[in-house]
Amino acid sequence: MLAYIGRRALLAVFTVWAISVLAFVIIQLPPGDYVTSYIAQMAASGSVVSEEEADNLRIQYGLGRPIYVQYYKWVKLFAEGNFGMSMEWKRPVTEVIGDRLWLTMVVAVSALLLTWVLALPIGIYSAVRQYSLGDYAATFVGFIGLAVPNFLLALVLLYLGFTLFNANTGGLFSVELQDAPWSMAKAWDLLKHLPIPALILGLAGTAQQVRIMRANLLDELRKPYVVTARSKGLTEGRVILKYPVRLALNPFASTIGYTLPYIVSGSIIVSLVLGLPTVGPLLLRALIAQDMFLAGTIVLLLGVMTVIGTLVSDILLVWIDPRIRLEDS
Amino acid sequence: MAVDSKGALTAAPRETLLSVRNLKTYFPQDEGTVKAVDGVSFDLYPGGTLGIVGESGCGKSVTARSILGIVDRPGRIVEGEIHFRRRAIDGGAEADRMVDLATLAPNGPEMRAVRGAEIALIFQEPRSSFSPVHTIGNQIDEVIMLHQQLDRRQAREKTIEMLRRVGVSSPEERVNQLSNQLSGGLRQRAMIAMALSCNPSLLIADEPTTALDVTTQTQILALMRQLQQEDGMAIMLITHDLGVIAEMARDVAVMYLGRVVEQAPVDEIFHAPRHPYTQALLRSIPRIRSGPRERLTPIAGSVPHPYDRPSGCPFHPRCPEFMPGTCDRQAPSLRLVGDQHAVSCFLYE
Ligand SMILES: Nc1ncnc2c1ncn2[C@@H]1O[C@H](COP(=O)(O)OP(=O)(O)OP(=O)(O)O)[C@@H](O)[C@H]1O
Ligand SMILES: [Mg+2]
Repeated sequence: MLAYIGRRALLAVFTVWAISVLAFVIIQLPPGDYVTSYIAQMAASGSVVSEEEADNLRIQYGLGRPIYVQYYKWVKLFAEGNFGMSMEWKRPVTEVIGDRLWLTMVVAVSALLLTWVLALPIGIYSAVRQYSLGDYAATFVGFIGLAVPNFLLALVLLYLGFTLFNANTGGLFSVELQDAPWSMAKAWDLLKHLPIPALILGLAGTAQQVRIMRANLLDELRKPYVVTARSKGLTEGRVILKYPVRLALNPFASTIGYTLPYIVSGSIIVSLVLGLPTVGPLLLRALIAQDMFLAGTIVLLLGVMTVIGTLVSDILLVWIDPRIRLEDS
Repeated sequence: MAVDSKGALTAAPRETLLSVRNLKTYFPQDEGTVKAVDGVSFDLYPGGTLGIVGESGCGKSVTARSILGIVDRPGRIVEGEIHFRRRAIDGGAEADRMVDLATLAPNGPEMRAVRGAEIALIFQEPRSSFSPVHTIGNQIDEVIMLHQQLDRRQAREKTIEMLRRVGVSSPEERVNQLSNQLSGGLRQRAMIAMALSCNPSLLIADEPTTALDVTTQTQILALMRQLQQEDGMAIMLITHDLGVIAEMARDVAVMYLGRVVEQAPVDEIFHAPRHPYTQALLRSIPRIRSGPRERLTPIAGSVPHPYDRPSGCPFHPRCPEFMPGTCDRQAPSLRLVGDQHAVSCFLYE
C-alpha cells in the first residue's frame, strides 16, 4: 500500500519535473534572452531599465551560462515564489495571476464534483433500469449535453438570465464585491455564483460519465457475485451499492486525472463568455502576446495541479479496489 | 408425494420441506417469450437430497433462482406455487408453517428473511461468486449480521468458526483475504461456509463442483454430505453429472425443456427409468459396469430453440416412443407410477 503510493508519488514528482522542463522551454522559445526582450518592452513603453538592473536580472537568471544552470536558477526562483515579470502587463506574474489560479481550481473542482454528484446516481439508475423511460431520457439529455458546445450553453443561459430574471448570471462575483477584499460575504457571493459555470463546464463531462458508469455497471450487474449478494437476503439497494457499484467506480475514479485538465482547458471560451476570472483567458492572451513568463508559469501551475489530481485519484483507487494493493506487495 | 383421484400430483403433504407445483418462469424478450421454466413440479423432504438433472438450458438454474426470488429482470414467475416450510420461531411458540414463496414480493421483507437464512445458495463459478474487492470475512460477516442478532465482533468469530468447520486452514488469516488469494477449492469451501452460516433448512447447490478438478470435487461433495449429516439441512443439488447424483442424491428429478419429466428415488431412476428421455439420457453416459464394447447412444435430435418450444410433450420430436396425434397435441402431466415414482408421459396415462 505505502509502496504503491510511494511509487505513484515518485512518478508524480517526475511528471512535475517534465512539465517544468516544458514550461522552461516555453519561456526560452522567443528569440533573444529574457532580459533583452524585457528592456525592449520597457523601452517601447517609454521607461528605461538601468544597466545595473539589467545586469542583476542577468545574474539572477544565469543568462549567458549553460542552459542547465539557467534552468536551475529559474526553478530556484520559481520555488521561492518569484515567477518573473509579465511582459505584457509589466507587473510580476504573481500579481497578474493573483486569485485567478485558485479561482480556476475552485471552478474546475466544483464542475468535477457536480459531474460526480449528477453522473453517479443517473448512471446507476440508467444501468439498473436499463431501457426504462428514465434511461432513455438520461441518454437523450446526455447526448445533447455532449453535442452542444459549452460556450453556446453559456450564451443561452446568459440570455435566459437576462430576459427572464433580468439578472446577470456571468462572473464569479457580484459587481460590488468584485474588487473587495476577502470576507465571508464575498465567499458566500462566490458560492452563489458557482453553480452556473460549474454546470456549464460539467455538463459534457457528466454526460460522458453517465455513459461510462452505465456501461461499467451493466457489466458488473451480470457477474455472479451479484447473485451471491442477492441470495443473502440483502435489500436490492444494498446489493447494488455495496457490490457492483463499488467495482464500477473503479474505471470511473481513474478518469478524475484527465477530467481536471480537460475542464480547465475547456473553460477558456466559457470563461470569456461568462467573464470568469480564471487563468484560461489569461493563458490564451499570454500565448498570443508571447508573454512567456506568464504562459510558462500558468502551464506549470496547471500541470502541478493536474498531477496532484491524478495522485488523489490514484489513492482513491487503492481505497476502492484493494486488489491494487495486493498486486503490489 | 400426494396424489389426486386421477393419480396426478396435488398440493404438498404435511411433511415436505419444499413443494413446487406447476412453476412457470418466463423471460419476455423482443424476439418472443423464453419459457425457461414451464410447469415444474417436485417435492423435497427435510434433510433429504434431491438431485436435479437435465441438459444445458433446460431451466435448472432458473428454477433455483425462482425459489429464491432472484430471477433476473425481465424474467418473472408467471404461474405456480412454491410451498416452503418456514422454521418455527425460536422457542417453538409458533409452529413451523408453509408459505407460498411464489406469492411473496421478490424483494419484500419476508422473502429476504427466508433468503440466506432458511434457503441458501451456492453455485458454480468459484472465481467470481465472491466480490473481488471485499474480504472473504466481510462477505460472510454480512450475512450473519443480517439474519442473526450478532454484532460485528461476534459475527467475525462465527465466520472464523464456520471457515474452520468447512476445512479452511488458518481461518483467522483467511478472513482478511480477498477471494483471488484463495484456490478454487478453498473458495468453494468459503462459499459453503457462507451459505451454511445461518443454518438454513435448504441448501440449493447449482453445479457446485463443475468447475473443480476431480479430487477437489470429491472433497467438496464429501464435505457437503458431512455438513448435511451434522446440520440436517436438505440439499437441492443441480448437476449435469449423473455420477454426482448417484453419489449424493436420495431422489432425482429429471428436467427437460423447462419441465420435470420424471421424479423418483435414485435407484429407480438408474435401474428402472420410465420416461423415454430419462432412458435416453442414461444410454448417453458411460456406466461403470458396462461392457468394454458397449456403445453410447447420444440422444437423437437437438434441444429446440428456447423461443420455439414444441407443442404437446416437449420431448416428442426426439422421442423414440412418439405417438402421433397424442404427444404432439396435449401436454402430459406428472403422474405417480409407483410409490414415490412420478412420470410425465402418455405411455403411463
Ligand atoms: N436472464 C435471462 N434472460 C433471458 N433468458 C434467460 C435468462 N436466464 C436464463 N434464460 C434462459 O432460460 C433457459 C434456462 O436457463 P438455465 O440457466 O436455467 O439453464 P440450466 O438448466 O441451468 O443450464 P446449464 O446446465 O447450462 O446451467 C435458457 O434457455 C436460457 O437461455
Ligand atoms: Mg445453470
